[in-house]
Amino acid sequence: MHQLDGIDKEQLRNDLPDIRPGDTVRVHVRIKESENKERLQAFEGIVIARRGRGASETITVRKTSFGVGVERIFPLHGTIIDHIDVVKRGRVRRAKLYYLRKLRGKASRVRERDMRGAQNGEQNAKASS
Amino acid sequence: MINGIIGRKLGMTQIFAPDGTVTPVTVIKAGPCVVVQKKSAAGPDGYNAVQLGLVEDRPIKLKRVNKPMRGHFEKTGGGVPPTRVLKEIRLEHSPDDIKVGDKVSVDQFKDGEIVDVTGRSKGRGFAGTVKRHGFNRGPESHGSMNVRAPGSIGASAFPSRVLKGTRAAGHMGDRRVTVKGLTVVRVDAERNLLLVRGAVPGANGSVVIIKKSTKTKR
Repeated sequence: MHQLDGIDKEQLRNDLPDIRPGDTVRVHVRIKESENKERLQAFEGIVIARRGRGASETITVRKTSFGVGVERIFPLHGTIIDHIDVVKRGRVRRAKLYYLRKLRGKASRVRERDMRGAQNGEQNAKASS
Repeated sequence: MINGIIGRKLGMTQIFAPDGTVTPVTVIKAGPCVVVQKKSAAGPDGYNAVQLGLVEDRPIKLKRVNKPMRGHFEKTGGGVPPTRVLKEIRLEHSPDDIKVGDKVSVDQFKDGEIVDVTGRSKGRGFAGTVKRHGFNRGPESHGSMNVRAPGSIGASAFPSRVLKGTRAAGHMGDRRVTVKGLTVVRVDAERNLLLVRGAVPGANGSVVIIKKSTKTKR
């Protein structure tokens, strides 16, 4: 795999925040309206999964829109994404939150992560991810 | 004009275009290759071809080269150090304009060009009909006992034999496979890399031959 890294690495973006399952994010997606018109569309929801390595890494974002669950899978390093904001940090106990699909309303909430005194940990997590 | 090159498959990844589209690509470290031998229709070989050797970052140690191969490389006049991989590329014309020791590199390919890639597919061992020929499998529950069985293999008293060519279980993979009509996404002449859209036969690290395609762009 290390021989592939050269191609893979030059594609990676380094402006991504630390995103973990359970976090609420707002993903700003580039949408092409016509030949030379572009606008950003935001998709806000809970990250329920993060998978893949290198350039093919993706996140699955889930939100409930008018009572209907909507999930979108974004390539983290794709050019379609303008930027990602982390709205809230969630405290969860597993890596894949597929159980949220069965829950609705109050039950589908994710507890917020206590970020007090986490400045250092945050930095480390960013460096290692 | 040599219209092919030897390479090693490095693996697959994705390429993002500025407009947001994602292209799956196979990264191939192709060449540089050297011409080790020429064969011409006029000579004893009876056909036009060149034998290419793949020059690798870590060349093979001389003591690992057996005597017949050492002799073969000495025939080049000592100009070509031994290589692990030798492959022949057929030519349309006699190789008069090509010299032994000539280099062949990826810069003969352009972005967007159509190529054929030949490799040795991954061995699957003795595989059943479901995996090997894409037969449907039977039901798994309600007492079914033909989950992956082949089913009927022909009629009874007539012809009272199995027809030749009936698809059956057997060895799968580990054979030469050519995928035609792949698009070159990017040529990296500096690092001798070739990025080809889509999958290529063989495991990562296996040897592949890339040729200009006989097909035209669809």
